[in-house]
Amino acid sequence: MITVEKFNTVHEAASSVASRGRYYGGGTLVMRSINYAEDGFDRLVLASDPSLKEIRVDGNRLVLGAGLTMSDIAQSRETEFLKPVASVIGGPAIRNAATIGGNLFAGHPYGDFAVALLALDATLSTTAGDQQNLEQFLAGRESFSGIVQSVSCKNPDRGTFRFKKVCRVKPKGISVMSIAAWLPQSGGRISNARIAFGAMGPTPLRAKAAEQALEGGSLDEASIERAAVALSRDLQPFDDAIASGWYRREVAPVHLKRLLSERAV
Amino acid sequence: MSKTPVQFSLNGSSKAIFVDGGANLLEVLRRGLGDLTPKYGCGQGTCGTCTVLIDGEPRLSCLTLAETVEGKSVNTVGGLADGADLHPLQNEFMEGFAAQCGYCTPGMLMSAKALLDKNSNPSREEVMEAISGNICRCTGYESIIDAILRAAGQRTGRAV
Amino acid sequence: MSSIEFRKDLFADERDDDLKEIGKPTIRQDILGHVTGRSPYYDDHLFDGLLHLKCLRSPHHHAKIRSIDTGEAERMPGVKRIIKPQDVPHNLNTLLSLINFGRDDEAMLQGNKVSYIGEPVVAVVAETELQARKAVKAVRVEYEVLPHVLDPEEAMKPEAPVVNEVYPNNTFDYHELYDHQKLRFGDTERAFQAADNIVEGRYQLSPIEQAPTETCGAIAAPETNDRYVCYTGTQALFFSLGTTAKLLDMASSRLHFVGGTVGGGFGGKVDSLHEPLAVLGAHLTGQPVKYVFDRQEEMQVGAPRGAERWYIKDGVMNDGQIVARQFTGVFDAGAYSRLSPYAIIKATGHLPGPYTIPNVSSNVYCVYTNRTPATAMRGFGITAVDFSIEAHMDKVATHLGMNPIELRIRNSYRDGDMKAHRRLAKNTALIECCQVAAQKAGVRLSPEFANDSSLKGGGIGSRIEIPETVTDDVGKIGDRRRSNTPIHPFEGAGHKGKVAAGTRGEQVIAAPAQDHEMVIEPGRDGYRGPSNGSGPLPPDETQPSAPMEPQSQPPVVQTPLPATQSPQPPQIAQTPTPAPQPEPYKPDKLFDRGLKRPGASRFISGSRRR
Repeated sequence: MITVEKFNTVHEAASSVASRGRYYGGGTLVMRSINYAEDGFDRLVLASDPSLKEIRVDGNRLVLGAGLTMSDIAQSRETEFLKPVASVIGGPAIRNAATIGGNLFAGHPYGDFAVALLALDATLSTTAGDQQNLEQFLAGRESFSGIVQSVSCKNPDRGTFRFKKVCRVKPKGISVMSIAAWLPQSGGRISNARIAFGAMGPTPLRAKAAEQALEGGSLDEASIERAAVALSRDLQPFDDAIASGWYRREVAPVHLKRLLSERAV
Repeated sequence: MSKTPVQFSLNGSSKAIFVDGGANLLEVLRRGLGDLTPKYGCGQGTCGTCTVLIDGEPRLSCLTLAETVEGKSVNTVGGLADGADLHPLQNEFMEGFAAQCGYCTPGMLMSAKALLDKNSNPSREEVMEAISGNICRCTGYESIIDAILRAAGQRTGRAV
Repeated sequence: MSSIEFRKDLFADERDDDLKEIGKPTIRQDILGHVTGRSPYYDDHLFDGLLHLKCLRSPHHHAKIRSIDTGEAERMPGVKRIIKPQDVPHNLNTLLSLINFGRDDEAMLQGNKVSYIGEPVVAVVAETELQARKAVKAVRVEYEVLPHVLDPEEAMKPEAPVVNEVYPNNTFDYHELYDHQKLRFGDTERAFQAADNIVEGRYQLSPIEQAPTETCGAIAAPETNDRYVCYTGTQALFFSLGTTAKLLDMASSRLHFVGGTVGGGFGGKVDSLHEPLAVLGAHLTGQPVKYVFDRQEEMQVGAPRGAERWYIKDGVMNDGQIVARQFTGVFDAGAYSRLSPYAIIKATGHLPGPYTIPNVSSNVYCVYTNRTPATAMRGFGITAVDFSIEAHMDKVATHLGMNPIELRIRNSYRDGDMKAHRRLAKNTALIECCQVAAQKAGVRLSPEFANDSSLKGGGIGSRIEIPETVTDDVGKIGDRRRSNTPIHPFEGAGHKGKVAAGTRGEQVIAAPAQDHEMVIEPGRDGYRGPSNGSGPLPPDETQPSAPMEPQSQPPVVQTPLPATQSPQPPQIAQTPTPAPQPEPYKPDKLFDRGLKRPGASRFISGSRRR
């Protein structure tokens, strides 16, 4: 009942994915959909385009092919700052398959990598046309029809990017929440901070009020407290098997304070 | 329904089979080729009991489109022993009571093999990380970790 | 690192330490199969032409089924057969009916009213799993959604919707008399009045899914000789076989069940949901059929350990002695009985925990709600009440300002003590456990407690006596929903009575034991020794001869079975009557070969039919 189509380039594949087709990246999401007979597609589309595996430095940004796996990210020197993110996603077998492009589509309880990319001001290059910033993309991802080719994100200065995945199972489980913070500084003052949360809404989302609270400050105790207080405005926590929405809302400021209070490396 | 031919190496011997569109590797290994050693536990990537090695890397066979292993090398627990001689991991799992119901054991062994093939002297934390995608419900993790560490020690001649 | 420390210094004279196997490490006999991946789980049997069965499940907590339309699904590619409720020959069962406990209350496929999310309505058998899943989605069921109840205490209220028509009060009927299991020992009410302190607590546990790595499932196939082979992951092979024979109205001699290797069970694989449906599928299609839960079904539909809520009220003297303990237990059985009514019997037999308390009362309820039916899981019936008791012991200790370990030792049962279920405690070891735990945790015990022993001080004076017991008849079947009776012991309108001290209760024997070793005696563990011939069984010398106090109300003594006994129904007579005379076994109907596939010759074997 499923037909498999293979293409050499992403653009060829894009024409096939449009109607009742689903792109096969690493398989972790799409094979689950097949195993559980989800509706909405009857073709699998594969592309062997080498550009999907590229890592390229572009000024102060980094361009990552959407087909890079979590293991690729964790092992590359250029993406060392993302290693703490990539290596807490699934076990080794998942990381060998799951791609960063697929993570952008992963609903809760998956999708922690997209949280990091959101904090790093990511933009996407897709077959659907123009460059799109990740925030816009996430808002409309359910209706997206095309293939993500690459993701461009900030290549942060040392010590300005922090990530934390909060789990109840050790060494790792699915997220109670994940938090990513990019805290660029100029002259000892925070400027244009970005804070993103996973498992706190229907998609990864930004805590803009908390970002605002940090602006111009020195990441001291008072400004961290202000950010923690401002947090509740942007979060839309929900109940699941791991935690209640109430619990998520209660502990989010605690985890944010811990993350922001970490000493820069 | 159209079928697609796939050729790959399974535990060192070459296999050719026609697969259904959308078939996952687990079903092809089990029902198509009769290698019943990888098990179904969830079909969604949470339990790890279907873990096999593809070109030496641990992968979840239930989430792998069978056609994508064309030309590759697949290893399962079915090929772990060398003839009648068990792999050190198998010996240590036996000696160390590292299996109760045995259902997670094939996946555990393949995840452990992937680790030891790359890192002959892993730390306890590295072992835990390597099996972090494999769920054991009989709660035997401690004895499993111990067994993997002992197997590593045996291979490197290091006392544990 | 895990390590086991054997404290062989304790009770050394009660144990042989020169045994060949026990107490010595050994290699599991099945482990070579496990490490080579060759252990044969049920799904490791390959069949040519294997069909796959998937169920359409209720999306509602509670709904009447108005109509089922399978027309479109029947025409879908690969679909071999759609099994509807009316295709099940005897579509009503309860698991423990095999041991005569409870009334049949659950359909294998529900055609009238669904009572929990995930309840199966129809089953589709198709060539591939994907085809079966797609066809399930094409079945149209029209539901009339009904009000539902999810909390067991809410379910006992008069206005709550009826979950399970077989038990229209939303509670299991105990002994055809009460809506709960009673335990009465001594007089808790009088003891509460005399106590220095009253400490109350409320405790509850959520349901827990066993979540075996191998999901529940079975494969059935026609065999030769008009039989069906069934490979199954069941934990209870003969339950599954008996249940299948009953639901399919098929002679069990036609069922060849093969089990043994189970990929984790923890109690979640006793419910026998898969075998009957797989065999019926094989019967109706003439082909091998596999029915297995996927992971989502395992978590949503697979029966969990049920939720429980416990209220505990203690009367405690200032020195830490607990003089009275009252329990109210509410078990959430979900929509059907399964094993919950039996769990309550186990729980009651366990009260008041490993402590010697002279006055104990409890009401424990098995309540039906619109949740997934609950079943067995590792010590079910005991686990939650033990958690509650121990949490409560800590609460009592905090209230008194006492070391919680010393509080436990003070109240610990000791060898020879009479328990609330009127059997003597033996081989007790709580004191020693407490002492070792204190030592490991670095808690200093005063010498009185550090040198205490389970072998000392028990079985003397009032500790061995069965006290005069106050009884009541509150909570007769149906009363609660009529008059909103409170749930705690002795609360609500009813008559009270007294049972004389020393009264042990009635033991009703449905059939005489075939072997004198099978006779249960309160004071005996294990083998009694050689019998002197085939004469009549010796009289039960421990049967009490204390006279009953004359009274207007009949005494009510409910003696639950202890957890270690076989799960036979606790049919306790209300008044002392002589044990009924056993009747020789006589079958209801003569043996027949059971169900036949319509149109099939009775003389053709299963394999030739294909």
